[in-house]
Amino acid sequence: MTGKSFEERRKHLAHLSDEELHQIFWELADKIVDPLVEAGRNYTTPAIERSVLLRMGFSSLEAQAIVNGMIEHGLMSHGAGHLVWRLADQEGAEIRETGLALAQGRKWKEAKALFGEVAS
Amino acid sequence: MKGSEEMKSVIPARENQIPLEVDQRLDIRRILDGLEHYHSPRRPWHWREERDQPRQTGDFVYYETSKPLDRSVPLPGSRGFGYIDPQPDCVITTEIASGRFEDDVRRMRMAAWHGADHIMVIRTAGQSHIDSLIEGTTQGIGGIPVTRKQCRATRRALDLIEEEVGRPINFHSYVSGVAGPDIAVMFVEEGVSGVHQDPQYNVLYRNINMLRSFVDACESKAVIAYGGQLQIDGAHNANATAMEAWKVMPELMVQHAINTAFSIRCGIKPENIALSSVPPTAPPAPCMRLDLPYAVALRDFFRDYKIRAQQNTKYMESETREATVTHTLNMVISRLTSADVQSTITPDEGRNVPWHYFNINAVNTARQSLNGLDGIRQMVDIKRDGPLGDRVRELKERAILFMEEIVESGGYFNAVEGGFFVDSAEYPDRKGDGIARELDGGIGNDSLYLRADDYFAPVSVHFGKNTVPAPFETASQAIGGDTFEDPSKIRFIDELDDYDNVHVRIAEKQVYYDNPQLIRPEVEFMADGFVVLTLMLPCDRRHAEAAALVIGEKMGLSDCEVIHSQVMHPSEGTYIELKGRVGFDIDLSKLVLPEEIETLSEAEVREEIHQYPMTVVAATVGEDEHSVGMKEILDIKHGGIEGFGIKYHYLGTSCPIDKLVDAAIETRAEAILISTIISHNNVHYDNMRKLADVCAEKGVRDRLILVAGGTQVSNETAVESGMDAGFGRGSHGIDVASFLVTRRREMRGE
Repeated sequence: MTGKSFEERRKHLAHLSDEELHQIFWELADKIVDPLVEAGRNYTTPAIERSVLLRMGFSSLEAQAIVNGMIEHGLMSHGAGHLVWRLADQEGAEIRETGLALAQGRKWKEAKALFGEVAS
Repeated sequence: MKGSEEMKSVIPARENQIPLEVDQRLDIRRILDGLEHYHSPRRPWHWREERDQPRQTGDFVYYETSKPLDRSVPLPGSRGFGYIDPQPDCVITTEIASGRFEDDVRRMRMAAWHGADHIMVIRTAGQSHIDSLIEGTTQGIGGIPVTRKQCRATRRALDLIEEEVGRPINFHSYVSGVAGPDIAVMFVEEGVSGVHQDPQYNVLYRNINMLRSFVDACESKAVIAYGGQLQIDGAHNANATAMEAWKVMPELMVQHAINTAFSIRCGIKPENIALSSVPPTAPPAPCMRLDLPYAVALRDFFRDYKIRAQQNTKYMESETREATVTHTLNMVISRLTSADVQSTITPDEGRNVPWHYFNINAVNTARQSLNGLDGIRQMVDIKRDGPLGDRVRELKERAILFMEEIVESGGYFNAVEGGFFVDSAEYPDRKGDGIARELDGGIGNDSLYLRADDYFAPVSVHFGKNTVPAPFETASQAIGGDTFEDPSKIRFIDELDDYDNVHVRIAEKQVYYDNPQLIRPEVEFMADGFVVLTLMLPCDRRHAEAAALVIGEKMGLSDCEVIHSQVMHPSEGTYIELKGRVGFDIDLSKLVLPEEIETLSEAEVREEIHQYPMTVVAATVGEDEHSVGMKEILDIKHGGIEGFGIKYHYLGTSCPIDKLVDAAIETRAEAILISTIISHNNVHYDNMRKLADVCAEKGVRDRLILVAGGTQVSNETAVESGMDAGFGRGSHGIDVASFLVTRRREMRGE
């Protein structure tokens, strides 16, 4: 908190034109959202991964089961769609069949091995 | 390529096998039939067409209208203007969500006929905290569970309704909570055109972890950008939450700016970003003077974006009249500044979940006000020199100072932790009552994962780091296309709950579905039985409320509840609105309806009068100064009988019956037309009876045709009172002229 009144705080804005205010307003908005956008580039979440699986042709129930498995096995950072695709590719199986196996709790050992993680 | 599914043929998007019939209610069973195979195409937002051009409608030129509807119910007042129905240039929203989508779709149809083309569906309480899509058609509370099945069924119904009215309808709901990206994807797949998306809403009002909210929002917004949907933000909630709403104006602009700048960075086009803006105050505050500068400041700063003008809910009580006046004033601000989407709040929102006809009332308040204000800025403009301009400048500076302090405090997350937002003092003053959230707190705070270098999402739309493996050129190539590219891959889940679903609810109301002739009053759900009694009780409020409940009970109503009471005077009287249920049905097929009188064609009437000229005398009788209704029946300008060649002698208002009959004899008139509007103590019956008696006394009853008209007159009561015919509300010159000609033919023995 600055504790200063509006009259004191506004001194540096008082002489600016409306167009200059407009410009400052949007520069500040951009500055505030910069780190938020950056976080969005680098993080993922269960909801994002589920949304990827939905688009790959899985139902919401299947997507949730696969993502829960990802979290349990510490594989979230690679991406759920990545895992399903890569496992299917490796095994010469269909995407859907592979995802369903994972949703049913199968194939996780093979999945972990794909990413060089030690199977637990 | 592995993983590519067998390509199924995509079901034709536009429904044409179950067209709506105007004279039949929409049957949800037909909508649900084969729903698993139905697919509405991607539905980008639709603006009204043919705007920004003067348009001749009836007698007038309009400057702020759009392409007319093929079918609609015009405003009641349009009767005086040839039933014109000018459609304002802005999209008009109505929010519909009773908890049962199967009843909502019928209300949507009614709303569309009144000019709504943006149907917003409120979600059931608690959906934001469910970390997944939900499925099926369970009943909601204060909204509906937004599921794939509900969306698909509603979109399918809207696909039919928009064909019926002749204008595309935008379907809208919420991409918020901890399943935002899931919902955003489902919405694109199911043809949703508008969404609320604002991560600040999750943080401030749903206590969802800040980082989770913004990270999820990036993906949601990328999907929304692909869908071409209109995004509406959530800043208006600060207005509804803050203790003193008129002081949060600087913060409102800051919240709008954060979501707008963030959305642009996620790829949403400026023209698809709408600010949800509410005039913050309401009467008896001098709201226009307080709210107008804010509206101007906002539109200055956000000139590249759209304005969704919402109506004030903060100061709504249970009186629907008061809410309607506030909303009308809100629309004066919309027209004096701008509104791309004019949203509406039902005037009963202060008392219950909106009822059918209050949605219609709200839409009509918008349509009526916007029609009435058409082109006003050609004559009235915002005066920026003076107090308005000063205040606009001040609000802008306060908003900038707010954002400077966010940056100085170390950024958005620190600002939220510091309780910067929804503080009810006017920035830079602070009251310390803002909503504070911790960065490592809230729902979903342990659900963020840094993407590894090999992170890959094999979909066509994705935000942020995505390492596409060789040899693929695009991410979704790896799976042979995703659901956005091949909708046949979408997985449809029907129901998960055997006891709570639409099929169970339909079975409970089976008798009404199977026999549309059987009806019961309803306000919300099919045959819910609710009726409203309006009462003026000559006593104080407490006694009046208690008495009203007894009255309701004695009238056979159950579940009685006072939904509005208002003191007229501490002891002289209290106005009450009481709701209760009736427990019986009405079978329409067993009703005896008054005979519908067929009118002759205008040409036939004209021809007959040409061959056999006719003179009539006319007056408003009794102590009655009403003249408008009679003039409409007589005057050529209003389509009256004069237009068909009938000559009339008009003797004015409050005309004695004797004088009128003498005039008829003197002018050799063939008919006497009386208007009798005042109906207390049944004086209108007396007037009609007296006319018949005087004609009989003077020996002219047999050669004169006697016709009465008035708002409380019906043909049956008029004939009972000795008239040849009676014409009530909604009658026209042609009806009367046609009757006169037909009756004269009978008298001639034809």
